[in-house]
Amino acid sequence: MDDKVLTADEVVGELSDGMTIGIGGWGSRRKPMALVRAILRSDLKDLTLVSYGGPDVGLLMAAGRVKRVVCGFVSLDSIPLEPHFRRGRQEGTIELTELDEGMLYWGLLAAAHRLPFLPIRAGLRSDVMRVNPELRTVRSPYPDDEEFVAMPALKLDAALIHLNRADARGNGQYLGPDPYFDDLFCLAAEKRYLSCERLVPTEELTGPPQSLLVNRMMVDAVVHTPNGAHFTSCVPDYGRDEDFQREYTQTPWPEFHAKYLAGSEADYQAAIA
Amino acid sequence: MSIADVCVVACAEAWRGDGEVLASPMGVIPTLGAKLARATFSPGLLLSDGEAFLMHENGIEGWMPYRQVFTVVASGRRHVMMGASQIDRYGNQNISCIGDWARPKSQLLGVRGAPGNTINHPTSYFVPNHSPKVFVENVDMVCGIGYDRGAFEIRVVVTNLAVLDFDTPSHEMRLRSVHPGVAVEAVVEATGFKLSIPDSVPITREPTESELAIIDRLDPSKQRESQLPRP
Repeated sequence: MDDKVLTADEVVGELSDGMTIGIGGWGSRRKPMALVRAILRSDLKDLTLVSYGGPDVGLLMAAGRVKRVVCGFVSLDSIPLEPHFRRGRQEGTIELTELDEGMLYWGLLAAAHRLPFLPIRAGLRSDVMRVNPELRTVRSPYPDDEEFVAMPALKLDAALIHLNRADARGNGQYLGPDPYFDDLFCLAAEKRYLSCERLVPTEELTGPPQSLLVNRMMVDAVVHTPNGAHFTSCVPDYGRDEDFQREYTQTPWPEFHAKYLAGSEADYQAAIA
Repeated sequence: MSIADVCVVACAEAWRGDGEVLASPMGVIPTLGAKLARATFSPGLLLSDGEAFLMHENGIEGWMPYRQVFTVVASGRRHVMMGASQIDRYGNQNISCIGDWARPKSQLLGVRGAPGNTINHPTSYFVPNHSPKVFVENVDMVCGIGYDRGAFEIRVVVTNLAVLDFDTPSHEMRLRSVHPGVAVEAVVEATGFKLSIPDSVPITREPTESELAIIDRLDPSKQRESQLPRP
């Protein structure tokens, strides 16, 4: 319990084909990219990804590891459209559960609270209901009698998140402006994996206490991955690598894979240095 | 004065009278509009930096991470101005994909927060390229809901040609004003459904000199000029 440190490859060894995996961050911001790259080095396939999607979804789709994406968008922020997500959708190679961003939040919150669903207005009377015919509505039992979407819990087999600092026990700290939904991804998941920029002794997790986003009962393993969110942002440690992101969108996948992803994480970090 | 300046003022006008609500503009011209509105006739507006901070002219005045944005959305204290790849006469909007959803011809952003925005709080749209491809009989994927599906309020649609609203008995789209130099017929031709046209269509108001000075201060490199199609 005092040492939950694993390597990225050991974490991926605990995952299996067909799992539903939640990925923290938002768009092209603080994504656990070193863990995603470790999945790319493995044989994992048929994954269902739940994500405020960015290049995490794009890379795994490009490599053919994804069966279904559950999301409200897949975007690179400064580049609005994710090329591999677009191609996968247009070529019909993946299934999609398209939800309003707020519905995704509510689904994670329901799973975190062990509730089968939570009521929400978002989605009602939009085509989200048409393209997800399994969604049900529910009526308020109170005199208002209002109808809501009964957003089902998004239960995850595993969650992958990346934070700025963590200790070996699984306490984690974000130092940027937004926690995104990383704590909820952990609370909604069976197995919870935290990668971090810097692994520090517990007493060095200083700063505002509210920056301690996840604690050790929410985390099963910790991975030390310096520059592990590259090329997404991980402020204040570093911003998004816009030049590299542009190269990612403009380079044919086989060429990009051969140049950056065919070797180890150390090879990747050397290639981008 | 340029058409981009007229669009900035028309976007600003969307937030007139809104008080202390979160203004969420998407894109350069709507963002300039929201900032102009706050600097002039809607000083109560709250604006984020696009990340997690609420920014006043002199710096950070609040913290608004994404999870709190969704709570503000549900509370109704927000007025968003989104884009639209397609929009119909009732204000149903599509930013998700073009073609059959099951296998789209062109995958775009996804529904993002449009369903939740439009059912919870006022929504406006900015369309930089008013054309029959955007203004369609039926959108391919209803992301933002229109009045016929119970939208909370679609306030205005600002385009490079005109300002449109839904101030008709059936809440169908109406031409509110044409920008200086734009003929009513040009708007009709650029719209893929039958617009409601009043007997007399006013001209969209031009920026005042003090508004132009503020716009120039907010956008000294004139980024706004590259947002509209070339005439």
